[in-house]
Amino acid sequence: MAKQEKQAIDVDRVDKIVARHASREGALLPVLQEVQDLVGYLPEEALKRVALGLGLSLSRVYGVATFYSLFYTTPKGKYVVRVCESAPCHVQGAPEVIAAIERELGVPFGETTPDGRFTLEMVSCLGVCGVAPAVMVEDRVYGNLTPETVIAVLQEYR
Amino acid sequence: MRLFRAHVLVCAGTNCSLKSNKAVQDRLVREVERRGLADEIKVVETGCFGLCEQGPTVVVYPEGVLYCRVTPDDVPELVEEHLLKGRRLDRLLYREEVPVAGAAVSAGPKAFQTVPEMNFFRGQVRIVLRNCGIIDPESIEEYIANGGYEALGKAITAMTPAAVVEEVKASGLRGRGGAGFPAGLKWEFAAKAKGDTKYIVCNADEGEPGTFKDRLILEGDPHAIIEGMVLAAYAIGATQGYVYIRGEYGLSIDRLQKAINRAKEMKLLGRGIFGSKFDFDIEIRTGAGAYICGEETALFESLEGGRGEPRLKPPYPTDSGLFGKPTAINNVETLASIAQIIANGAKWYRGFGTESSPGTKVFTLTGDIVNEGLIEVPMGITLREIIFGIGGGVPNGRSFKMAQSGGTSGGCLPAALLDVPMDYDELAKAGAALGSGALLIMDDTHCIVDIARVFARFFMHESCGKCVPCREGTFRLHEFVENATKGKATPQDLETVHALARTMALASLCPLGQAAPVPLLSTLQYFRDEYDQHINEKRCPTGTCRGLATPAKALSAAGKGA
Repeated sequence: MAKQEKQAIDVDRVDKIVARHASREGALLPVLQEVQDLVGYLPEEALKRVALGLGLSLSRVYGVATFYSLFYTTPKGKYVVRVCESAPCHVQGAPEVIAAIERELGVPFGETTPDGRFTLEMVSCLGVCGVAPAVMVEDRVYGNLTPETVIAVLQEYR
Repeated sequence: MRLFRAHVLVCAGTNCSLKSNKAVQDRLVREVERRGLADEIKVVETGCFGLCEQGPTVVVYPEGVLYCRVTPDDVPELVEEHLLKGRRLDRLLYREEVPVAGAAVSAGPKAFQTVPEMNFFRGQVRIVLRNCGIIDPESIEEYIANGGYEALGKAITAMTPAAVVEEVKASGLRGRGGAGFPAGLKWEFAAKAKGDTKYIVCNADEGEPGTFKDRLILEGDPHAIIEGMVLAAYAIGATQGYVYIRGEYGLSIDRLQKAINRAKEMKLLGRGIFGSKFDFDIEIRTGAGAYICGEETALFESLEGGRGEPRLKPPYPTDSGLFGKPTAINNVETLASIAQIIANGAKWYRGFGTESSPGTKVFTLTGDIVNEGLIEVPMGITLREIIFGIGGGVPNGRSFKMAQSGGTSGGCLPAALLDVPMDYDELAKAGAALGSGALLIMDDTHCIVDIARVFARFFMHESCGKCVPCREGTFRLHEFVENATKGKATPQDLETVHALARTMALASLCPLGQAAPVPLLSTLQYFRDEYDQHINEKRCPTGTCRGLATPAKALSAAGKGA
């Protein structure tokens, strides 16, 4: 998923995604999801192609792209680390796990490590509260974490 | 069909799959083959069994022996002992503390051999979860073999749409997403609404912290949701359905899509269902990370390709919902109840639960409780029975402090209210809510002000920003609680908070802003002492709020001195 592309986006492939969905009702979210899978994030150039292709204003497309937490309008790290700090995780020791993650990665929430490897995010709930505290790295979820085991998880991605 | 001497069921719910269930399953298959038992013993991957804390779990039938925390290395011994020699592998059996009548201590852990004799299951009535952990969720044949799609066949061939609506109305089923609106009434409105195009939407945007029931129902029994949706569509006259699932629920999306494909192949979905002229199709749409999209009109906005901001009601969705058309939107658990109601009748369903809240409810148990996981019980059971009976009580010898019912937007109940019956109306009277069925249990080491700060931060983060009372109110509530944890709040602030909470409840556009003050107000109502200690004495009795004074006793008791 998280491909980081510095070069210009592949406009043809973006257009193809748009064309494939254009006739669907409410196509914007599925289109943005696929474009982000392709590019790694949603750069302005891609949003412009989507707006043009679906006949929507750029402001509307941008408004949607910035509303949802799973959409990114700036490049993200190779791996997004999503950390839950909702009540069930909090009660089961999330604060200690979070402190360990921050120490290990050396960046605050919302930022990407200088080597571009990890983006650290706080999220509301991952829906695996039966095995709290939990963390999601890309699309893999890890549960029943401790400050020690979460470091081991992150090292798998080093 | 081949018959097997024994079935070995491996839980493959999300919670167990985080604990190498797949490796256990692979090892089981290899071991069974290596010993030449492949013709006699079948290894089945099932949905969530419910005992998430004890995972990965393995159940061996026909006896129903439950093994907990099974590792791949346990597998050869398990196969050798149980499947070859017919002896139970004692060290992996489920153990429960057995309370001694009248005493605070227990007689020590007792090993339980089979599923039916465990307290965890004895108190449960499984209607929605009847297939979860029992059948292979990727096999439509197993769903059908267990009575699946019978209700749909009965409805389409022998009932009018109006009769289906009547049956659901008579059952008294109330919406399981949290609001508790009568499902049959909703369908009646949608059925009577004018318009040729109508929609059924399944709300699977489960985002309430502490709630994971919909995920495990989707993973464990996807066909039950499809069958419920087709029945709903038949009842109201819809030809298209959508399931809106959180983008984070990969396994749910995958299993439901496979189930939809299989149902279409077997003409249980798509064109000419059951050989009739009734057509109905289902499409999955995935969310993009916004709690607010669980609110029904925000969900419509998102499905239509917009920002997930709620609409003003009325008009209600049954008149003008998705794409402006009449829409019945139901929660996953509600839809998963429908086929059972149609198959067995409203009278049967009313045999469970209470007069005003018939049937069963799925709860998710989290926090300081022995059996964290997924359960289903009749409505009206007391909180005490759930926590101390089925849930196994509070671990580590600590005492119960409070339970939050209904997820982060629900109220907090102290020990004095442990005997409250769990149904929509009784909980509302106690200042709490049944809500999504999330139960967060906290022991006495936790600070009530600190947890209220976590609740408040959640709403501040998830407010969509459309209306002022919610956008500004959630920010100010968080500011107050955060100040309290730092000893910076004043008694004056308490009055301001109450006034603000009233404003938010009255003036917010949708339930997010209306519910945001609920957890805070309930903790203020039942744990006022602890707030006073933080505000007036600048003291945190549990030692959680660093920077405030802490009694030495609390430090050592809570193990937070280091």
